[in-house]
Amino acid sequence: MSEKFDVIVVGAGPAGTSCAYTCAKNGLKVLQIERGEYPGSKNVMGGVLYRKQMEEIIPEFWKEAPLERPVIEQRFWMMDKESSVSFGYKGLEWGKEPYNNFTVLRAPFDQWFAKKGVEQGVLLINETVVLECLTENGKVVGVRTDRPDGDVYADVVVLADGVNSLLAKQLGYHKEFRPDEVALTVMEVINLSKDKINDRFNLEDNQGCTIEIFGDSTKGNLGTAFIYTNKESVNIGVGTTLSSMIKAKLKPYDLLDYLKTHPMVRPLIEGGESAEYLAHLIPEGGYHSVPKVAGDGVLLAGDAAQLVNAIHREGSNMAMASGTMAAETIIDAKKRGDFSETSLNQYRETLYQSFIIKDLEKYKDATHTFEHYPQYFKEYVPMLNRAASKFFTVDGTPKKEKQKEIMKSFTSERGTIRVLQDMYRAWKAVK
Amino acid sequence: MHIVVCVKQVPDTKIIKINPKTNTLDRRSAPAILNPYDAHAVQEAVKIKKAIGRGTISVLSMGPPQAVAVIKKSIEIGADRGFLISDRAFAGADTLATSYALSKALERISKDMPVDLIICGKHAIDGDTGQVGPGIARRLDIPPVTNVIEVSELNESEKTILIKRKITDGYELIQAQVPCLLTVEKEINSIEYSPMPNMMKAAKYEPIIWSVNDLEDVDRTQLGLKGSPTIVGKMFTPPKPEGGKRLEGNADKQIEQLMELLNDKKELFVSR
Repeated sequence: MSEKFDVIVVGAGPAGTSCAYTCAKNGLKVLQIERGEYPGSKNVMGGVLYRKQMEEIIPEFWKEAPLERPVIEQRFWMMDKESSVSFGYKGLEWGKEPYNNFTVLRAPFDQWFAKKGVEQGVLLINETVVLECLTENGKVVGVRTDRPDGDVYADVVVLADGVNSLLAKQLGYHKEFRPDEVALTVMEVINLSKDKINDRFNLEDNQGCTIEIFGDSTKGNLGTAFIYTNKESVNIGVGTTLSSMIKAKLKPYDLLDYLKTHPMVRPLIEGGESAEYLAHLIPEGGYHSVPKVAGDGVLLAGDAAQLVNAIHREGSNMAMASGTMAAETIIDAKKRGDFSETSLNQYRETLYQSFIIKDLEKYKDATHTFEHYPQYFKEYVPMLNRAASKFFTVDGTPKKEKQKEIMKSFTSERGTIRVLQDMYRAWKAVK
Repeated sequence: MHIVVCVKQVPDTKIIKINPKTNTLDRRSAPAILNPYDAHAVQEAVKIKKAIGRGTISVLSMGPPQAVAVIKKSIEIGADRGFLISDRAFAGADTLATSYALSKALERISKDMPVDLIICGKHAIDGDTGQVGPGIARRLDIPPVTNVIEVSELNESEKTILIKRKITDGYELIQAQVPCLLTVEKEINSIEYSPMPNMMKAAKYEPIIWSVNDLEDVDRTQLGLKGSPTIVGKMFTPPKPEGGKRLEGNADKQIEQLMELLNDKKELFVSR
């Protein structure tokens, strides 16, 4: 039998590396297996890294990690065909230590993070696919890779193999996705000079901004679009649930083209050179879709456990926190010398008491509500734009009358009762 | 049997960009990889070791500290150990100074374990000169055999090796004495998918790194930029090849045109 490890971590994204790093730091013998050419080569995310969870793993990481810009402004657009109602917050305090969050490019960032793990003693193997978990009497005892002599053994296997976790499916923890449980997001990295980015987004060097766009950015379907500024490029992307895409017969790349040529968006990216095109599934099922996360000799972390808060576009932070919680459980289980499901269920308990599951629970019906009642994106966004236009157009009508007209236009378009119903339903979904 | 394979870290020239102003390679635009011909050289050493059933494969490289990556890659393919010579004194070396430095490192390696065979790639894809391999052989006073496409037989007791070399219009079967130095073509073998134990060994492996002071009897004037008489006169980006000619018309017409073309260029088909 080949060498035995304390832990085998499948995947070198934020969840896998957080887990591998913490285990190795506490003296465990860790093997981490990544299918890509290097960590980050297969990973896709809009590009916002949250400071808090990263800092808990590597204090003051911003001093050495390859980050793009600290985010000092968050904008939200309710966009219609030729107009947009926007609000946002810009605060210079986010541009100073300890910062709030950062834009990042995943390829350099994940490589850096994985290297920190290797420095702690993680044995990282790239370009290797894990085909299945090896089990003995129902207990996971290792993994089979696609390489010759490819079986390796460990007390615990952590599945951090991403949203479409084939390994969790093989173990029967996961079912095939329903189309309303996942979003398909496509994005492009567009190269733009630093000066152009600073001018167009009203920023200075080392200041970044994020724009989340609702409404016409997805042609009124459930989903959002985003534009994030990097140092010398912007990430622009759009995602909707697969079910919306199927219903509206949308092609993801058409939707991205639509966004890029939208009159509200085009001036921001004009003249940029497309550097990369990426597409990825995002787990959006939320609370109801979280599978079994602990079994005999096995744990699930990050996207593989469907830990994404679609409403707040948080995922990498949940991945990191869950990876660390998995590591802490493994360290305790090692002390107990017990890697059974009962022992590893400590992870499930920590997870369910943490912000991760609490946040997912808070929004457990949000995606489903918005999916079922398309009026929020399809009707209210344009209504809001018309109202703003009416209110701000100077035409000699007294403001009080304008307000009355706006209120009337809301209720006459959808009916007073239905508007009240919609408001109550939305409030209930996110309260 | 002790086989030493010389390897080089190169930018992946398949995707590298060229700075249009200076005509030099923009090295940041491409990842650093193990020179593809050298990967085949390592694979051939693994094949020979397997055929004989025993032996040691050492890899040797010269470069900056990050070049340990190509030694680790060689361990993945199946090498046993690796040496990197890395020193500011080696920087800026052309093929003459490089082959001098590598031959000094080979002398040091063979002091501990005599070398029976040296294998290099045909050339590095960033320079395409193919001079370092023969340069090492000349300095070590062993025969160089270039453009090898097959190692047909290795007789350990007779100390002979039978080799197929690629030449312009076919191949040549020759016998040489070992120790000798081979430079190999890509068609000599196909790179195998590395087994998991090799991957784990490579991930843990730390190559032996030598500075100039670790080498013996070194004439420092022959090292690095100082030891490099090569002058780059001019650099230019070669024009993109024009597309081929498309023959139009029905089958008979096309054949007629083709025969005309072949007749026009018949000197290309006359054997020497």
